[in-house]
Amino acid sequence: MNAHLQPTGSAYFIAKETQLVESHTLSVLVANEPGVLARVIGLFSGRGYNIESLTVSETEHQAHLSRITIVTRGTPQVLEQIKAQLDRIIPVHRVVDLTVRARELGHERPLERELALVKVSGVGENRVEALRLADAFRANVIDANIEHFVFEITGKVSKIDQFIAIMKPLGLIEVCRTGIAAMNRGAQGM
Amino acid sequence: MTGNDNQMTGAEIVLKALKDNGVEHIFGYPGGAVLPIYDEIFQQDDIQHILVRHEQGAGHAAEGYARSTGKVGVMLVTSGPGATNAVTPLQDALMDSIPLVCLTGQVPTTLIGSDAFQECDTVGITRPCTKHNWLVKDVNKLAETIHEAFRIAQSGRPGPVVVDIPKDIQFATGTYTPPEQHEPQKSYQPKLDADQKAIRAAVELMATARRPIFYTGGGVVNSGPEASKLLRELVELTGFPITSTLMGLGSYPASGKNWLGMLGMHGSYESNMAMHDCDVMVCIGARFDDRITGRLNAFSPNSKKIHVDIDPSSINKNVRVDIPILGDVTRVLEDMVRQWRALSKKPEPAQTADWWLQIEKWRARKSFAYTRSNDVIMPQYAIERLYELTKDRDTYITTEVGQHQMWAAQYFGFEQPNRWMTSGGLGTMGYGLPAALGVQIAHPESLVIDIAGDASIQMCIQEMSAAIQYNAPIKIFILNNQYMGMVRQWQQLLHGNRLSNSYTEAMPDFVKLAEAYGAVGLRCEKPGDLDAAILEMINVKKPVIFDCRVANLANCFPMIPSGKAHNEMLLPDEATDEAVANAIDAKGRQLV
Repeated sequence: MNAHLQPTGSAYFIAKETQLVESHTLSVLVANEPGVLARVIGLFSGRGYNIESLTVSETEHQAHLSRITIVTRGTPQVLEQIKAQLDRIIPVHRVVDLTVRARELGHERPLERELALVKVSGVGENRVEALRLADAFRANVIDANIEHFVFEITGKVSKIDQFIAIMKPLGLIEVCRTGIAAMNRGAQGM
Repeated sequence: MTGNDNQMTGAEIVLKALKDNGVEHIFGYPGGAVLPIYDEIFQQDDIQHILVRHEQGAGHAAEGYARSTGKVGVMLVTSGPGATNAVTPLQDALMDSIPLVCLTGQVPTTLIGSDAFQECDTVGITRPCTKHNWLVKDVNKLAETIHEAFRIAQSGRPGPVVVDIPKDIQFATGTYTPPEQHEPQKSYQPKLDADQKAIRAAVELMATARRPIFYTGGGVVNSGPEASKLLRELVELTGFPITSTLMGLGSYPASGKNWLGMLGMHGSYESNMAMHDCDVMVCIGARFDDRITGRLNAFSPNSKKIHVDIDPSSINKNVRVDIPILGDVTRVLEDMVRQWRALSKKPEPAQTADWWLQIEKWRARKSFAYTRSNDVIMPQYAIERLYELTKDRDTYITTEVGQHQMWAAQYFGFEQPNRWMTSGGLGTMGYGLPAALGVQIAHPESLVIDIAGDASIQMCIQEMSAAIQYNAPIKIFILNNQYMGMVRQWQQLLHGNRLSNSYTEAMPDFVKLAEAYGAVGLRCEKPGDLDAAILEMINVKKPVIFDCRVANLANCFPMIPSGKAHNEMLLPDEATDEAVANAIDAKGRQLV
């Protein structure tokens, strides 16, 4: 195999390469200290990697650990480089490519869920229709008066995309999404 | 110390932590936000502070100090402009993997975020140009932060770190934690020992090679003097040819029989051709930088590649390799030497005989040949003479950036590691003079020469004043061609010889400039006078600026033009005006 003919780890070569660009979900376990998120984001912007979704929260308070979930796109070489560069950040404990891990476990994708708050305003038939659809999507009403609803919906990204699209003609006012939380199936941790 | 139980002020903690980490010299410049630390410096004798004239100089001096000793370089600067002036040396140290601890003053914690006088977001600004950085907001964490800073700077792949210390923390009283009680951060534990199976696979592959080459870099120097010894042993055992990057010069001696010279854009013909045609490449502590590889999709097309590096992100970054080996160069080389000795069937020397014959043919092209002159000093000749007249002395060389740097790398023979200090990755003009100061402070009795260009030298010339203050008899050997030579050469190659802003019209009189600083100025214009002038420079026990007037329009060859492959080098005897003008196509023109 002509190893050298494979593309490089630079994100700026992506457009020219014929190699498949894939979307992967990375889980990054970090020490919860000031600036750690800025280090991660700075790495992505500085090296030209893209972020499709980013979620961060403290997960183990006693151990000062936070878990960052990033959905990014790139060729396999770029994804490998992103993982290595993340690992180089001093407060980063572990980086796991959940998408790769899921495939190793025999699944297509890791478990990925998102939460969205969706505000819809309307009267009459539109209002009734919105409530009926929310019920079909198993969205909860968390605030309402006679003119509006705020729905809370969780699920796969595609389901939320679809719900928002449907609400658009029914008086969609605003949307707030959390980004993806992800982990793999099975008894094993990351 | 104020009282018992390790209670002391933040400023006292800083000095104690530096001392406990073995620091003897720091390079710095005072200012409002570091005055408490300077007050402590005034009241002790264990650590000598070297006052520079610009914070950039402090950083490069600390880099030179670190690179020539293997120790951590330490710099101390104030908040705001002090910190922003430190950014260039920090990035320089990051790219060349130099261990550097930079302490910066910060406005008091109560003023942070208020746009206070001389405030800047130091940790924000230095985040991408350091290996790690900290803002210390609790005096009780100051000592352990400094200990951790030293650990991170010098372990794994070395690099620069910043500790930002607000002024109120310097005044506050807290507990000092000694280094032995410090708990290192768990998330940073560099892996030093390599996978033995990978080393076995590498040694077995090397044993089958018919056209092998060692390609080594700055990682060998960083790993310590033992790494160079082991490298020499492994080269001797295997009989393989060896080339090195700019940063790795000296780890294998230039007089060694297997030495092919430096590789890359201005490397030797034989080293680049051997890289292109080899069947097994053993890369040790180098990172397949773009100055080295030339056009990537034509880089060494038929070789199996072994890559030894301590940084996982260096592996498969630019070039895919067949056998990656993650670990410290010294330990990997120890294992390689041991496993090579234990091979049940060692390869016969005849296996690589044809390869050496081919290499001799490439060598015979004499790619570093140049036309001598009796009237004007050729820059190559100046470096050759400087080498001949200093090689039997205890000599350290620093450089600025440009043609003179490449000529120094080509014509000065380095026999030992840690003797060659140059800005490789970042290419920082102004590096060499302050770096020479740092080297001279670490090695007061040695001969320290900054090989400079007339443009670069003016970027940090103010440090002549520091050299005088500390009786540091550094020698500034300027190859003065009155141009930014490398810029001019590229304008000739790429832009129809339109020399836009690359001619230095108002050159200072370097001899008078030296005298103005209290140093010695020398000038030489004729080849016949050169040896005597160099000897005079060496024998002066003061800082010297040597204005060596060289041929104005000499180009640095051989050269791999941008966008070309290793086997498409432009050689000096083929570099006619036409060949030079057409050397780089439109695509290559976009590259740097």
